[in-house]
Amino acid sequence: MLPAVDVRQVHKHFGSLRALDGVDLKIEQGEFFGLLGPNGAGKTTLINLLAGLSLPDGGHISVLGNDVVNQYRDSRRLLGVVPQELVFDPFFTVRETLRLQSGYFGLRSNEAWIDALMNHLDLTDKADTNMRRLSGGMKRRVLVAQALVHKPPVIVLDEPTAGVDVELRQTMWRFIQQLNNDGHTVLLTTHYLEEAEALCGRIAMLKRGQIVALDSTKNLLNSIAGCRLRIKLTDDLPAVLLPKVIECIGETYLLALPNYQAVEAVLAELRLAGVTVQEMALQQPDLEDVFISVMGKQ
Amino acid sequence: MAPLSFYTLFYKEMLRVRKVAFQTLLAPILTSLLYLMVFSQVLEQHVEVYPGVRYTAFLIPGLVMMSILQNAFANSSSSLIQSKITGNIVFVLLAPIGYGEFFAAYVLASVVRGLAVGLGVYLAALSFALPPLHYPLWIVLFAVLGSALLGSLGVVAGIWAEKFDQLAGFQNFIIMPLTFLSGVFYSIHSLPDFWQGLSRFNPIFYMIDGFRYGFFGVSDISPWFSLMVVGGCLLVMTGLTLALLRTGYKLRG
Repeated sequence: MLPAVDVRQVHKHFGSLRALDGVDLKIEQGEFFGLLGPNGAGKTTLINLLAGLSLPDGGHISVLGNDVVNQYRDSRRLLGVVPQELVFDPFFTVRETLRLQSGYFGLRSNEAWIDALMNHLDLTDKADTNMRRLSGGMKRRVLVAQALVHKPPVIVLDEPTAGVDVELRQTMWRFIQQLNNDGHTVLLTTHYLEEAEALCGRIAMLKRGQIVALDSTKNLLNSIAGCRLRIKLTDDLPAVLLPKVIECIGETYLLALPNYQAVEAVLAELRLAGVTVQEMALQQPDLEDVFISVMGKQ
Repeated sequence: MAPLSFYTLFYKEMLRVRKVAFQTLLAPILTSLLYLMVFSQVLEQHVEVYPGVRYTAFLIPGLVMMSILQNAFANSSSSLIQSKITGNIVFVLLAPIGYGEFFAAYVLASVVRGLAVGLGVYLAALSFALPPLHYPLWIVLFAVLGSALLGSLGVVAGIWAEKFDQLAGFQNFIIMPLTFLSGVFYSIHSLPDFWQGLSRFNPIFYMIDGFRYGFFGVSDISPWFSLMVVGGCLLVMTGLTLALLRTGYKLRG
């Protein structure tokens, strides 16, 4: 089976900046794949190359076997991209926008799917409203609808929930998950790591134009051993425990421990120092811990 | 070639023109009529360019063609720079639209807007004078070729410019002088030799002269020669624009 997205030794330079430096990545059909990284890591550059918005300086990218440069018509038909920026054409209504986007993709009679999309994304009431009059969240919904108007088998979401309220996030993720269950491949970039952890089966992490981690979400989570202890104290943390601190807000500390048995040792140190615990909670490592760990190692 | 993609992009451009018709159609017609009123009032009794032809009648074809050319340029250039600056050009760039279809849609929309404004100016100007229509086919030919050439130049300017200021510079320092100094208001035979010679390097002069020939059957230059110049310029401009679009210059980074 052809990979949904195949990235081979892709390079992209902007002057002396190596935005992408030999990236290899294969996303299989039907995957919900996460692409994570700090700002400037190269995520959007990679998506722009995949979508044909930018041309690579080296290497090849294909969508379901279609090269994005030499077979751009086929590759773009197979791809739906939700851009990161909140862009819209101020001349048109929501329905006009979706009809035009259908036409760009060569679809003449697409009204039934346009209506279904607007229904799924709670846009039906706004169908005849000019884009300028929509709130930011509504504009984001239209962007999602535009990306899906030609029913692409591969969907790319470039930080789709940035600045979006909880209700829209839930509506959107339900719909995207339904599409994924129906066989659509989803490539997601986001700064909301809890979203990536909940949704993505596999994750790649980019840093300075290179992939520094690529594995299933489960394996990445398992790569961080131990647990986290969050404690609120009546006094300062004893100095002997300071090396275990990974976060400190006021008198609340987050400690990284190698295993559950180490909790008793921490409590013993606190008793010895005469410090009382006001609140305490144990946590499993999450994707944020993995992210910080991976980015810190590089 | 994907006909529906091309047609949709063309339709989008025309829909945009219609939605802001006051700015894209009515305003340029009004501006041309103001020119006509002022110049015909001032010069009607003093100037006779062609024997037996009233100055106002002489002026109308020039003003019509100037409106066609300026609006053809404005259509593609302003649409592209607006789309670039607001970022919505991404919707076209993400779609499976080839550079040939992209070019054809923007240029055809420019031609249609140019002709619509030109027709509006012509019809409104008929209340001032009635120029004859000797060779309607020459009129249509020069109107279409001229607007296509300026529409193509508008595509290049819209792609090249990164801000409205740069596009305004292109319009005010290149397009406006070339159209004003092209014989819209006069015959080049009334100019000193130096300026006559210089006018012959201005492609817009040939568009105006050939267009006016269709009305009066009289021109400063053979209409066939004008046709060659305008057709040649259009071919060169088309080649240059397609080459730019193919490389993705300033559109696909």
